Amino acid sequence: MSNLLSKEELARYARHITIPEFGVQGQEKLKKAKVLVIGSGGLGSPVLLYLAAAGVGHIGIVDFDVVDDSNLQRQVLFNVDDIGKSKAQTAKLKLQALNPHIEIKVFETAFTIENALSIIADYDIVADGTDNFPTRYLVNDACVLAGKTNVYASIFRFEGQVSVFNYLNEDGTRGPNYRHMFPEPPPPGLVPNCAEGGVLGVLPGIIGSIQASEVIKVITGVGEPLVGRLFLFDVAAFQTRTLKINAQQEVIINELIDYESFCGLNQEQDAVKEITVHELEKLQNLGHDYHIIDVREPHEFEIANIGAELIPLSTISQHVERIPRDKKVIVHCKSGKRSETAIRELEALYPFSNLYNLKGGILAYAKEIDTNIPTY
Amino acid sequence: MAKIIIPSPLRKFTDNSSTVLTQANSVSAALNDLTNQHPKLRQHLLDDEGRIRSFIRLFVGEEDISALEQEKTSLGEHEILSIVPAIAGGLETPFN
Repeated sequence: MSNLLSKEELARYARHITIPEFGVQGQEKLKKAKVLVIGSGGLGSPVLLYLAAAGVGHIGIVDFDVVDDSNLQRQVLFNVDDIGKSKAQTAKLKLQALNPHIEIKVFETAFTIENALSIIADYDIVADGTDNFPTRYLVNDACVLAGKTNVYASIFRFEGQVSVFNYLNEDGTRGPNYRHMFPEPPPPGLVPNCAEGGVLGVLPGIIGSIQASEVIKVITGVGEPLVGRLFLFDVAAFQTRTLKINAQQEVIINELIDYESFCGLNQEQDAVKEITVHELEKLQNLGHDYHIIDVREPHEFEIANIGAELIPLSTISQHVERIPRDKKVIVHCKSGKRSETAIRELEALYPFSNLYNLKGGILAYAKEIDTNIPTY
Repeated sequence: MAKIIIPSPLRKFTDNSSTVLTQANSVSAALNDLTNQHPKLRQHLLDDEGRIRSFIRLFVGEEDISALEQEKTSLGEHEILSIVPAIAGGLETPFN
């Protein structure tokens, strides 16, 4: 019998308890564990579902976002009725219905340098399910400073990565952390953090489930956690690799820093000229002579376009001769960032003075001018 | 021939190939061969001084070349050179 687990819980977790290495002890460890899941989206959904189902006793969820219809392709915690609602609160409701024997705490906030250390203080393990570089480095550094294990997973298109960072070894030392793998983030504009992201919907289901199993292994001590190793899965090629992380390099983390600046964001640059979608509509209606260029990728153009000439950002510098210099040229992308980059690239090559960035991109045009244009 | 595995984010510079074969017998020669075959890859793999960018790791087999002999690491005929970039997620912002 167990002092910690009720009769109902023992019945509920019978399939765990009957695994010899796991037993009642393993289940009790899960019940006592405190896990903070940062991000309740693509990765967070399966992580949270499996940790709740497995009986992790104390789960924290950090997410500032609300459910959007474009999330439903992969974020299996949510359904159509949840659109517009808080992800963290909605996740809590679903998980509590799945397992009433656990306690769930919600942090409806962005994870920031101001709140990171105080939020993670109450937890033993962090599961990083975030989706951008500044937050990845923040999660890593906060875990190192606070002495927490960081079960990391990341996805992009058809590929996923998983590792267990900053693990407390039996000899009291810590395993490698994210900065042993990637000391610095990619600068903006360079692959892989540029533009046309995307992810196969089922991929976070696979990778998030592996992440959840690593959390459970770390808590229970069952098996060998993915410490000092990076697991890679390419679902397209169906190829898995487990690579060794070189922990010899010195990584010093003394404090949390400005991660937006560290990742090259917020850098002061001269503004490019802009045009709003309403101003563009006026040009169209008045029959002014202008040219419009779309710097997105062909597959995005196929989803929605506003009759622009397609020159993807990655090829723009090779097509300078196609850009008119004698009339207004409006450059657009999905939401305005890639087109800004394109204008900067073009202006660096030739002294253009007629390039205008469409503010908010095709998304703004679809929202404010022509609602028949599909959004994605 | 050794095989170079190209990660998803860089495949648009290799005509969507996920692997590139090379006869090179060291990592640096393989990178030269790769960027000669696919010149657009160069600026994404190497900085202006020709060093491997810090958000990209290279592995021969399962070993990080930084634990071996860096770019001088030899590449056997049937070995695999993996290019592993940092990836953050499928979100467009704030990087779009």
